[in-house]
Amino acid sequence: MTELERKQDRSPVPSGFDYAPAPESRDVVRLEKRYGLFIGGEFVEPRSGEFHSSISPATEEPLAEVAYAGPEDVALAVTAARDAFENGWSEIAPSERAKYLFRIARILQERSREFAVLESLDGGKPIRESRDVDLPLSAAHFFYYAGWADKLEYAFPSRKPRPVGVAGQIIPWNFPLLMLSWKIAPALASGNTVVLKPAETTPLTALLFCDVLRQAELPPGVVNIVTGDGRAGAEIVKHPGVDKVAFTGSTDVGKEIQRALAGTEKKLTLELGGKAANVIFDDAALDQAVEGIINGIYFNQGHVCCAGSRLLVQETIYEQTIAKLKRRMGTLRVGDPLDKNTDVGAINSKQQLDKIRELVAAGEEEGAEIYQPPCRLPEKGWWFPPTVFTNVAQSYRIAQEEIFGPVLSVLTFRTPDEAVEKANNTPYGLSAGVWTEKGSRILWMAQHLRAGVIWANTYNRFDPASPFGGYKESGFGREGGLHGLEPYLRFE
Amino acid sequence: MAQAPALPSGFELPLEPRLPKIGSVDQVAVEERAASLARRSIKRESKVFALDLAVRMMDLTTLEGADTPGKIAALCSKAMRPDPSDLTVPPVAAVCVYPNLVSRALERLGDSGVKVASVATAFPSGQSPLEIKVEEAALVAELGAHEIDMVIDRGAFLSGNYAKVYDEVRRVKEVCGKAHLKVILETGELGTYDNVRRASLLAIAGGADFIKTSTGKIQSAATLPVTLVMLEAIRDVYEETGRRIGMKPAGGIRHAKQAVQYLVVLHETLGPEWLTPDLFRFGASSLLNDVLLQIRKEKTGRYQSPDYFTLD
Repeated sequence: MTELERKQDRSPVPSGFDYAPAPESRDVVRLEKRYGLFIGGEFVEPRSGEFHSSISPATEEPLAEVAYAGPEDVALAVTAARDAFENGWSEIAPSERAKYLFRIARILQERSREFAVLESLDGGKPIRESRDVDLPLSAAHFFYYAGWADKLEYAFPSRKPRPVGVAGQIIPWNFPLLMLSWKIAPALASGNTVVLKPAETTPLTALLFCDVLRQAELPPGVVNIVTGDGRAGAEIVKHPGVDKVAFTGSTDVGKEIQRALAGTEKKLTLELGGKAANVIFDDAALDQAVEGIINGIYFNQGHVCCAGSRLLVQETIYEQTIAKLKRRMGTLRVGDPLDKNTDVGAINSKQQLDKIRELVAAGEEEGAEIYQPPCRLPEKGWWFPPTVFTNVAQSYRIAQEEIFGPVLSVLTFRTPDEAVEKANNTPYGLSAGVWTEKGSRILWMAQHLRAGVIWANTYNRFDPASPFGGYKESGFGREGGLHGLEPYLRFE
Repeated sequence: MAQAPALPSGFELPLEPRLPKIGSVDQVAVEERAASLARRSIKRESKVFALDLAVRMMDLTTLEGADTPGKIAALCSKAMRPDPSDLTVPPVAAVCVYPNLVSRALERLGDSGVKVASVATAFPSGQSPLEIKVEEAALVAELGAHEIDMVIDRGAFLSGNYAKVYDEVRRVKEVCGKAHLKVILETGELGTYDNVRRASLLAIAGGADFIKTSTGKIQSAATLPVTLVMLEAIRDVYEETGRRIGMKPAGGIRHAKQAVQYLVVLHETLGPEWLTPDLFRFGASSLLNDVLLQIRKEKTGRYQSPDYFTLD
């Protein structure tokens, strides 16, 4: 596609006032050709001998070769973590642990541009988001838990908190560095050591993070990073040297993990899928609610477990809301993740794109009405336009299953009771949104919605001090806040 | 009161075609949205387009007790030819003056196409009897001003007397004749975004052709979120009735970069149709020179000293 065609396709932007392209420079990132596994403070060759390329979803270009850990490699990593735990890390003064965490936080801030560019390159998310959300929040998490490290006795008075030991952590591909931070910061703050496996498609920021660990002079073995696919994850889960498993990812895998751990003494927290309801009442500030709907579902291409993927609109304002929503969708800019003006980036992987396509086809087949704003997608890479389904029935697959893509299903309700009933009518229960000007209604809804996180007049807002986690098939255990320390502690 | 409408506690204006419900505005979200739009990166050609447009949208303003015919003459010359050394720079949209100086401005501007806007209705406070305000507007219209910038009665608005605000706008509109009516809300005195939205819709219902943020006489003048709220009100009116209302942020916009941010907000909220001086104006006095400086920079690649731009 020529530049001119691209411009013309970008309706409603007139040719005289087109913002794009404003690409962020890639030069800040220097990638190795090939990465080993980070075990005991060193990059080592995998015993498995297996390597795979990590691919940029926006261009399908291979970025670097990454090792795939086998059982032997995972065992080595767990041993390194165990050594580090027993020979020092669990014994040092808590204020010393805090020192390392503060260092990591500061280094992340200093190198945030580099990390943001790499995150967008490897994962396909818009640089605007990696720069303004992922990186500041990652640093904030380390700062936050650094503060708790020497105050655990105060956090859990007269319960004698002790670290559990080696934490095996498996993270997803939607917020690679942020999920790493959510996992590593509380684990280290409470005195554990870590074996972490980043997602198969987005390992690069985790590997760059190893460099931060060295810069912070974290003792070797305290954090070990093993890359690979689901097999490596399974090895971590079943390794007898792991005392605690923390997993964020799909509900199916979460169930498998829970089955595998049944009957063992390992502690487990799961943060799984979601199909959140975003409930708009007719007294809401409508233009801002529409922004919230957009942010709820098109943020990070909808690759968000707490995405507001089911829109529940009060019938009295249904038409107005849909008109405003469609109009706003027309101004979303889909394209190069490294362009600072891009709102919606690339779909993370071919596999995920196929899944989105399949569910969207199912939605059309079942009789829902589809709308996609006019936008031409780049030819290379994996893309899906922002999509909204209207005329959706509660029984349709697109209203039941997690799509994990930029696809919104719209349903209506008449009364608050009906809103609650429909919102709760799902196997999931991770998050929900409520939009109303009435404070009492917000509180009433929060009492009745069965979801771990409820946002009022905002959506997808995170803070390290606020616990995050789900009900039902969305998992159990909380991350963030004081609650986020508990899974990493045992009490005498 | 003429045709007092049944407004007070109801949340719907009884007008045909129906205007949007007043609704409400969420402060946190609207400020966030404005801030995120202000972070858009503009590439060079678009910047040149935006700067040129900003000049064409400018209401070059002087509203001082010390204004004299000489001052107005200088301002008019600047308005017609903002950058004497670069004739590709277009004239501004209008000059904005006090009623006493309208004739002088008209005379100086002749048939240059630059319009004359005059403030009226006991500017800036609006705290005078209605008859006097209406008469002032009528006089200004008679003098030949193309545009009349009236102020709403904030005292009435803040005491909940919305009908009075609406009624005054209507009365002034009646005497404007061919002149365009801009209604100044003085958003810095309204306190909340909800009030800004309500005042916008009242002014539009009363017959405003433009709504304008501020008089420039108090500290808190135009801001991006306030402008966004007003543009959203304009959008709602357009979508329900097809009426196109103009927008004029005024006061506090001093830098070209800010002007471009306002244009981005305008563009993303109302689309390319509104990117015209007929529907958007900047009320400013010191903005023009910074825009000229930036235009020169885009053309030559170098920043000039401010000494190369006239102070009028």
